[in-house]
Amino acid sequence: MADSKHKSHNQGKKSNGLSTAVDMIISQLRTMALVLKHTFTKADTVEYPEQKPYLAPRYRGRIVLTRDPDGEERCVGCNLCAAACPVDCIALQQTIDDDGRKRADFFRVNFSRCILCGFCEEACPTYAIQLTPDVELAEYDRQNLVYEKEHLLIKGVGKYPDYSFYRHSGIEVNIKGERKAKGDANQEKPPVDLKGLMP
Amino acid sequence: MVEILFKLLEMTIIIALLIPIAAMLVWVERRMIGIWQDRLGPNRVGPFGILQSLADLLKILGKEDWIPPFSDRIVFTIAPVIGAVCVLMSFAVIPFSPTIGVSDLNIGLLFFLAMASLAVYSVVLAGWASNSKYALLGGMRAAAQTVSYEVFMGLSVMGVVLLTGSFNLREIVLAQESGWLIQTQFLGFIIFLIAGIAESHRLPFDLPEAETELTAGFHTEYSGLKFALFFLGEYLSVTLISAMCVVLFFGGWLMPEPLDSWLPPLVWFILKILFFVFFFILLRTSLPRPRFDQLLIFGWKYMLPLALINLLATAALKLGGFYG
Repeated sequence: MADSKHKSHNQGKKSNGLSTAVDMIISQLRTMALVLKHTFTKADTVEYPEQKPYLAPRYRGRIVLTRDPDGEERCVGCNLCAAACPVDCIALQQTIDDDGRKRADFFRVNFSRCILCGFCEEACPTYAIQLTPDVELAEYDRQNLVYEKEHLLIKGVGKYPDYSFYRHSGIEVNIKGERKAKGDANQEKPPVDLKGLMP
Repeated sequence: MVEILFKLLEMTIIIALLIPIAAMLVWVERRMIGIWQDRLGPNRVGPFGILQSLADLLKILGKEDWIPPFSDRIVFTIAPVIGAVCVLMSFAVIPFSPTIGVSDLNIGLLFFLAMASLAVYSVVLAGWASNSKYALLGGMRAAAQTVSYEVFMGLSVMGVVLLTGSFNLREIVLAQESGWLIQTQFLGFIIFLIAGIAESHRLPFDLPEAETELTAGFHTEYSGLKFALFFLGEYLSVTLISAMCVVLFFGGWLMPEPLDSWLPPLVWFILKILFFVFFFILLRTSLPRPRFDQLLIFGWKYMLPLALINLLATAALKLGGFYG
């Protein structure tokens, strides 16, 4: 069953008539045959709510705040994530605890604004803020999309199981209740006694 | 008296069946296009999504039936009705089976052509009354397209009339008992099919709508139930053109010897119609839309001469006693 327009294509270039017309008809029929063949190909559709698509571990979804291997918060409230955020969806305030650790007093991510770009994760110097492959963020109430620190904090270490900022940094803090003095950190030497350097 | 009542009942049943069928076609089309594009199509509402059209209808009933303040209110309102009514009227002359059929008009074929021509008023008036650029362009295209395709649509079926010696669709079907007319009128069939596609404004000849260029063409300003009526008209006319192809060229409800006893004639008729409906959907999925001038050139410079040649050849062969 031949179809339409084949010949009308010829008009543009004043072509050589019958053979081109036949080519056009064949081309149209071939197109239809190729489409018809797809009756028997499997649909690519993933039927979502019942069937979940595979999301890679590094997929950029919901934001979490991770803890270091000792179970302490990694976030030091440095504000770099909030500065990097292109849509200004992160708000936080830094405090310093009695044990010398810096923490976020509050940490708020507004997921109704967040575009899941992952810039915060890239900006974070302590691997605290990380994106997870969870994308099911739908809510009936917009207000429910504002996540506070207790919603964001998870128990685990996220993508970097061994990393602990305070074990590397030369800051006096308590690790597991034990005082870690300056110079005790991994790959760190004790501080130099300036007066001992006298000739 | 009883006869009239019976006739009225028959009409009511046919209309009451045709409209849901046209609605179902929307679902069938979306499903089939989905399958051909390696998707699934609507499959959520009811088993296999079969109730999708019902859901769509409920949604569309809930929409605001907005008439633009800048439009011509009366014409704007009746335009979609004309389309649906004209197509429904054409079904009056279709013989569905040896016993079913509203009217055996002795000018049935002419009646169909007349109704098909009247249906264009729906599109043109809608485009005009909307008083917007897109709608006007769509209406204008519809007018030009119909004027050009109407001509050779009529000519293409004249071969059939020549061979069967009747304008009565039932007699045309009965005349095909010895063999379907597709054997002798293949060219006529192709031309009729192309004209039919253009007539029902289906892809690849949907220039009056042309979503990509004219947003929605003649029904750009329509919403709610009126919009639904346009779609009803479109899908009814797909069914109508398919039915006419079957009646004129594929022997209506008739089937060759061993097959005809397997299923009732009405079922055969419906199956044949479905085949063409699926073909229409396949066309929509696979072929791109031509440019407007290409469409007109194709109609006037190629299809019209072809239809004339077909008519002349048929007449010559008939005169020469080739068809007995």
